[in-house]
Amino acid sequence: MAAQLRSALTMFFILTILTGLAYPLAVTGIAQLLFPHQANGSLIYKDGKPIGSTLIDQPFDDPKYFWSRPSATAPFPYNAAASSGSNLGPTNPALTEAVKSRVANLKSTDPGNDTPVPVDLVTASGSGLDPHISPAAAEYQVRRVARARGREEAFVRTVVRQHTEGRQFGMLGETRVNVLALNLALDASDEPR
Amino acid sequence: MTINGLAQIGLFFLVLVALVKPLGWYMARVYTGQACGMDRVMGPFERLIYRVCGVRAAEEMNWRTYAVAMLLFNGTGLVTLYALQRLQGFLPLNPSAFEAVAPDLAFNTASSFVTNTNWQAYGGESTLSYLTQMLGLTVQNFVSAATGMAILVALIRGLIARTAVTIGNFWVDLTRSTLYIFLPLSAVLALLLVSQGTVQTIGSAHHTAFLQPVTYDKPMLDAAGQPVLDEKGIAKTESTAVIEQTLAVGPVASQVAIKHLGTNGGGFFNANAAHPYENPTPLTDFILILAETLIAASLTYTFGTMVGDTRQGWAILAAMLSVLLFFVLGAYWAESAGNPRLAVLGVEQTAVNAPGGNMEGKEVRFGIARSALFATATTATSTGAVNSMHDSFTPLGGLVPLFMMQFGEVILGGVGSGLYGMLVFAIIAVFIAGLMVGRTPEYLGKKIETYEMKMAALLILIMPIIVLGFTAVAVVMESGTSSILNPGAHGFSEILYAYTSQGNNNGSAFGGLNANTPFYNLTGALAMLVSRFWLAIPTLALAGSLARKTIVPAGPGTLPTHRPLFVGLLVGVVIMVGALTFVPALALGPVVEHLLIVAR
Repeated sequence: MAAQLRSALTMFFILTILTGLAYPLAVTGIAQLLFPHQANGSLIYKDGKPIGSTLIDQPFDDPKYFWSRPSATAPFPYNAAASSGSNLGPTNPALTEAVKSRVANLKSTDPGNDTPVPVDLVTASGSGLDPHISPAAAEYQVRRVARARGREEAFVRTVVRQHTEGRQFGMLGETRVNVLALNLALDASDEPR
Repeated sequence: MTINGLAQIGLFFLVLVALVKPLGWYMARVYTGQACGMDRVMGPFERLIYRVCGVRAAEEMNWRTYAVAMLLFNGTGLVTLYALQRLQGFLPLNPSAFEAVAPDLAFNTASSFVTNTNWQAYGGESTLSYLTQMLGLTVQNFVSAATGMAILVALIRGLIARTAVTIGNFWVDLTRSTLYIFLPLSAVLALLLVSQGTVQTIGSAHHTAFLQPVTYDKPMLDAAGQPVLDEKGIAKTESTAVIEQTLAVGPVASQVAIKHLGTNGGGFFNANAAHPYENPTPLTDFILILAETLIAASLTYTFGTMVGDTRQGWAILAAMLSVLLFFVLGAYWAESAGNPRLAVLGVEQTAVNAPGGNMEGKEVRFGIARSALFATATTATSTGAVNSMHDSFTPLGGLVPLFMMQFGEVILGGVGSGLYGMLVFAIIAVFIAGLMVGRTPEYLGKKIETYEMKMAALLILIMPIIVLGFTAVAVVMESGTSSILNPGAHGFSEILYAYTSQGNNNGSAFGGLNANTPFYNLTGALAMLVSRFWLAIPTLALAGSLARKTIVPAGPGTLPTHRPLFVGLLVGVVIMVGALTFVPALALGPVVEHLLIVAR
């Protein structure tokens, strides 16, 4: 028993150093060397300053921007220091109410658009930080964004297409549009050159 | 359901089955001490560890010594992890200056990670220092998984030994699992994840400006930090603008890799594998699902190799995968159908240029098929990581993960623990078959007698008692029901899910339940500790008892345990003995909710 206890303590100590320090630090070192951009959060830089990440979205409610998915993070949406989903169940009246008001909000900023709203645009994502919307959700907003920016719908559609990513290897996951990258590109296209 | 979705599911099963043989073969060599390639790198290191720890590697243990060593080691882990959380405020690598974790939460978290459960009543990015995550959680991810593997190998040795007293050396099995299997696989997987965008840094969080600042209603606090109330007693709020986003980062990839390979499941971030910094692309999602099923599936081949008949392993794997496939398709079907209550609000849920279906709590890059596959695989294995929020699944879609856990985590299950659980079911299956034809049951030439059946009965009875017992207590107590988020039948499901998950060492959650209360922290910790160790000890006793028996040659009355007939029998026993216990409880939760949602 005493011999086993001694083995238990020393074994635990050694495995702790090995798997708890050596392993993560070695992986960090190699990752920083080989993939510094990804390892540090896939940041987007403008004039040398980080302005966001291609993997984490931001909240938008200005008609001139494409809106991202609803976010349930607290206390404000897209709080990337406290990721969370809504956890609302399918029969919870709070879910139906939230979706109803999101649909109404979309319709009120885009009068005359009577097409049904794609579901991803009115439901909260799992992380609360989802960087993407579906192509259908982007298409739903093209008319509103074009009008708010005084641009041709065709032009906005082109920019959307440039920020649409297909299924990985043509098979995995879903086709998706990166909202932050899309909005940054639209802003950039408005700047006088 | 789309063709592409079904193809993604099919591809997963194909790749998994293709990898079972090579990895299973490798692990068999590791556990039988044969040359495996990795020993050239790790061999000197392994011998050094034995020397420092006073381990005589050639000396085998009887089952009692094996169990004592296992308990002492895990006890050390429990105490250390508790202490790390309580003291993290004074320790280095704490850039966000987090304070000590509350005692009940620290106890729950320590129990959770030592038992390979990884139930998380805390939010990772807002509670734990990098040091606690690395030295505490990552370490337990490795060694709790290695403990499960060790116990399995001991049971297999019991099955192949002839009139022996010993079942192996715990320290050797633990060390070899860690050095030869988990460390190399994790390092490769972690770098693969980083290449796709999973973060890996010990630097502090980034602060970036919002493109469009956001305003929200912040509760007003008085000088004492209490909420300010208006005349009606409602908390007053003030409109507050936020101009900056804080991007939490950390040594994520290294932890995510082992959390899946070791079927642990505890995410670095609160949103777990739904978080883009943990699981950034569909490819990482594919790899993570593969990683959490890979070792558990391959161990069936390791088992087959070690008992000298690989058909025995394939039969067990066939039973596991047929159940898994059935339920993956069930979850996919339920989630694709979407939520009828949203359809009437003018919401489009068909999968045209969009994932469609029930997207509440799901990420666009994964869509419905990957979310359903992940949810089923993470609960079939005892991983419990999530890439979508199970609480927001449709009633039947949410029933699938619940039911998968209620099988007792034997459909793949935890690394090691899943297969030793399944082998116990195999013993019960041959016993039932023996009763039907009136012959003494035997499995792999070992006669199954009273003592074995007593241990097996313990193993299948303890889990339902814990799960249903605690659920019953929680639903009649204020401290149990006050944590519920969703009203009605779904609230009952939240509590049932919490104890099912902890009582099966899974760790996923219906996250709406506020589990960070003293009541849930303490009852949950108890459920996790009992279900892990009270099952591990009878398993080792079983191994010791089997080892003492001789192997009788198969006769005309022997039930072959590698044929489809036995696979069917095994599946039947797992469903009837294991999961049917829970049907009345499920009827009160997801089934009622389903009837409500389709009724209008």
